[in-house]
Amino acid sequence: MNQPEHFDHPDVVICAGGPMLLRGDHLVADADSELHRTTRPVSAVCRCGKSANQPWCDATHKALPAKLRP
Amino acid sequence: MIPAPRGALSEILLERIRETDADLSAVAKAEPDGSEDAHLALWVLYELHYRGIAGVDDRLEWDPDLLRLRRGLERAFEAELRVRYGAAAPEHTEPFADALFAYMDGHKGPAVSTYVQRDASREQMTELLRHRSIYHLKEFDPSAWVIPRLPVAPQAALMELAWDEYGTGDPNRLHRHLFARGLAACGLDPGYASYVDDAPLEILEQNNAMSLFGLHRRLRGAALGHLACFEATSSVPSRRLALGLMRLEMPREITDYYTEHVEADAVHDQLAVRAICGSLVEAEPELLDEVFFGAFTCLDLEARYAGWLLDRWQVPAEPRS
Repeated sequence: MNQPEHFDHPDVVICAGGPMLLRGDHLVADADSELHRTTRPVSAVCRCGKSANQPWCDATHKALPAKLRP
Repeated sequence: MIPAPRGALSEILLERIRETDADLSAVAKAEPDGSEDAHLALWVLYELHYRGIAGVDDRLEWDPDLLRLRRGLERAFEAELRVRYGAAAPEHTEPFADALFAYMDGHKGPAVSTYVQRDASREQMTELLRHRSIYHLKEFDPSAWVIPRLPVAPQAALMELAWDEYGTGDPNRLHRHLFARGLAACGLDPGYASYVDDAPLEILEQNNAMSLFGLHRRLRGAALGHLACFEATSSVPSRRLALGLMRLEMPREITDYYTEHVEADAVHDQLAVRAICGSLVEAEPELLDEVFFGAFTCLDLEARYAGWLLDRWQVPAEPRS
């Protein structure tokens, strides 16, 4: 009988060329030390620095050339 | 909501399904007059599986004659979608997530959102909202059919995304409810499928493709590829639409719907591509091409709608960026 598999399920996921995903409830300080509480089951934190909705990702990284993506 | 017929097939279908104990065998044998007629009929048949149709017996959801008709329409539609995909099928590369993102980035069809952000009139904006309402008032529902058909990891990942789409238990945050409130604030009818008679063929095709993929277990790869593409191509256009709505000083409730999708879909595209589709193709590698087929179908049908709408508005089509 096969043993049911165990799956990795990290709380923090760095997406190549994109944001950092945070699972669960967190308090995030932005670059100006302003605090932002997560409001959804998974949140995406901007890593390219270009989001207009800091500290959250707004997919602006998609408009950047590949070499400028995080 | 009872749509107006668009040809002989939708006419006999809409007439007979509202009769008590009607003989539906003639409906099963009827032929469509053309694509709009066929797609309206298919849309009506699918609606029996969602909210039903006013005046139609709920038991007809599983009527063999209607299922026979649906099967014929679905076969023709799926065959057409696969022909369209045939010329655009990718050379698959590794890693999967990078390949799928690159495939979607490489598809530069016409886009509505750039024009809507800068130039659309209030009348054009409300026309777009009426068209979008056919899907947004049942947002995520076609993908929900897939949940019990998945291996463990993609099932958990799909539920993680679905939980957010369905408001994390708060009905006020349910995405379809956010859209209904936005419509009402604009003075539009928030009723389910109220504007189906305004929907062009391209909108019916978009909605029917999602139902087709969602309702057939063998098409689960295409369903999740479509979902991933829908999410991955939503965040940036949602921001443009929100800016267009603010430019036109339209109500905050409808702007909020799109602003919510800027942030939500920046998360959902990563989850859908990496966690949902990534774990699906790991567990069921034979579905890899189906995921790309679903993603292509999403891109292609949106490009067809954008082309139709911009042509109607007499706007030169700009490629999606």
